[in-house]
Amino acid sequence: MDFLLSFFNSLPNAVGQGLIWGIMAIGVYITYRILDVADLTVDGSLTTGGAVCAVCITMGWNPWLALLAAVLAGMLAGLVTGLLHTACGIPAILAGILTQLALYSINLRIMAIGDPNAATKATLALSVDNDQLLLSSRYIRYTSLENPLVLLVPVTLVVIALLYWFFGTELGSALRATGANQAMAQAQGINTSFGKVLGLVVSNGLVALSGALLAQYQGSSTNDMGRGAIVIGLAAVIIGEVLLSKVFRNFALKLLSAVIGAIIYYAVITLVLRLGLESTDLKLLTALVVAIFLAIPHWKGRYFSKHLRKGGTSHA
Amino acid sequence: MLDIKGVSKTFNPGTINEKTALRNVSLHLDDGDFVTVIGGNGAGKSTLLNTVAGTYFPDAGAITIDGVDVTRLPEHKRAKYIGRVFQDPMTGTAATMQIEENLALARRRGARRTLRPGITRAERAEYQELLQVLDLGLEDRLTAKVGLLSGGQRQALTLLMASLVKPKLLLLDEHTAALDPKTAAKVLDATEKIVQRDHLTTLMITHNMRDAIVHGNRLIMVYEGRIVLDIAGEEKKKLTVEDLLAKFGQATGSDEADDKLLLG
Repeated sequence: MDFLLSFFNSLPNAVGQGLIWGIMAIGVYITYRILDVADLTVDGSLTTGGAVCAVCITMGWNPWLALLAAVLAGMLAGLVTGLLHTACGIPAILAGILTQLALYSINLRIMAIGDPNAATKATLALSVDNDQLLLSSRYIRYTSLENPLVLLVPVTLVVIALLYWFFGTELGSALRATGANQAMAQAQGINTSFGKVLGLVVSNGLVALSGALLAQYQGSSTNDMGRGAIVIGLAAVIIGEVLLSKVFRNFALKLLSAVIGAIIYYAVITLVLRLGLESTDLKLLTALVVAIFLAIPHWKGRYFSKHLRKGGTSHA
Repeated sequence: MLDIKGVSKTFNPGTINEKTALRNVSLHLDDGDFVTVIGGNGAGKSTLLNTVAGTYFPDAGAITIDGVDVTRLPEHKRAKYIGRVFQDPMTGTAATMQIEENLALARRRGARRTLRPGITRAERAEYQELLQVLDLGLEDRLTAKVGLLSGGQRQALTLLMASLVKPKLLLLDEHTAALDPKTAAKVLDATEKIVQRDHLTTLMITHNMRDAIVHGNRLIMVYEGRIVLDIAGEEKKKLTVEDLLAKFGQATGSDEADDKLLLG
């Protein structure tokens, strides 16, 4: 009974974390599912978002403005990866790794901005009492307007609505075509390089937004807050697809299913932590979950094709 | 309409895999010319088409479409002038997108893509009508994913997409080769209809000599990176497969025509 009670007690926090990481998962969905690129920039740009937001807030900026600054910083990171990939011809996965590595140094510098005593900083604390924050995990169980869900739910819905609109436009359709079939996109006069850069910019802007919200929610920005972010994002996308792809066909609902995937991910994480796992074991667990869910369709395909051959029919 | 002047292309120069695909090729197409291209495997037919389309740039020479020098223009910019259908039915359409979305992408070929809606209600009505003409039962499946269509349906759709915005040049790269004979005939029929209707300047590669003779007003044969035969007008109308084989032998001094052309 005690176990269940403590699990249910921590569920609101899982929902809060899940919604924040859900925005990040939407960013991953754009690159991984729509553009068909695994973008590893996000491990760095999530932290960049958190760092920029935290620095701006400690300097007394309006928190909304701080959020905007974080998004712009993330978009810049996406732009760098995009240009490394398209203009410099570096494979997308390596371009992302390079930007991510560079961001490690940059993020340490960002967090020291405005501090005359330090050139680099690995953490930057925010306080609900002294700083002007938009949300904090402290209020996650409050039934008042201070509850972070009051902010997170509308923000998530606005993000989904904006992306739903964008991917329905001429430009958004061109971007989807770029990911779906590059040869066809080019034959139809679509600049696929521009499409990839744009997709990476939008994606990393969202990831940085997620990092900015996370820094405020947990009350600190740390240099390792983005480590493994890509895997968590993928986990959210895949969990959402496995559970909801049969029901959710509409594009907006597919984005929503990535958010729901993130919430489920954090609920499961909360559960296994209550079962006695150390929080440092989580990365192993996440990696295992993602590996298994990615392997299932592959195994299914292999089993299915063998089955066909036995039947002696070919559909070539 | 199309001017190819002294175009050469060598792949992997200076390596053991060096392959000269085009040797100083020149070709002029008048407005409304429908030219069929034949030749064996590796003769350079596809390289010729892909160089015109901008898939790669030539090592030497110049390509002009309707007076515009496109020699160094990237593929997506050149697409403004060119409609294309590929050999592989998978290449010309986006499988994960709907039929109407594919058509809407093609409708905007050559135009700036903005934040206006990717497809409008008026377009849907238009597409339904156009698909009706194709007679493949696609007019009621506008929102179906293209991946669900057969190879023949996909090629017909690609053909429609290539001609949706009237191209200055239509490039067909063995676009019926991957289809069964019945479907191939149907797609070829649709090709003929569209080319006639829109008076399109067309280059069509085919591995089928009979198709090459029946269709178009002019026939060229490519051999070892050169155009070795160029037959037009009345002479083309009277042409038979046997004539073609004989002419090939004369032009190249080779008797491997049967193998290279019939099997190739």
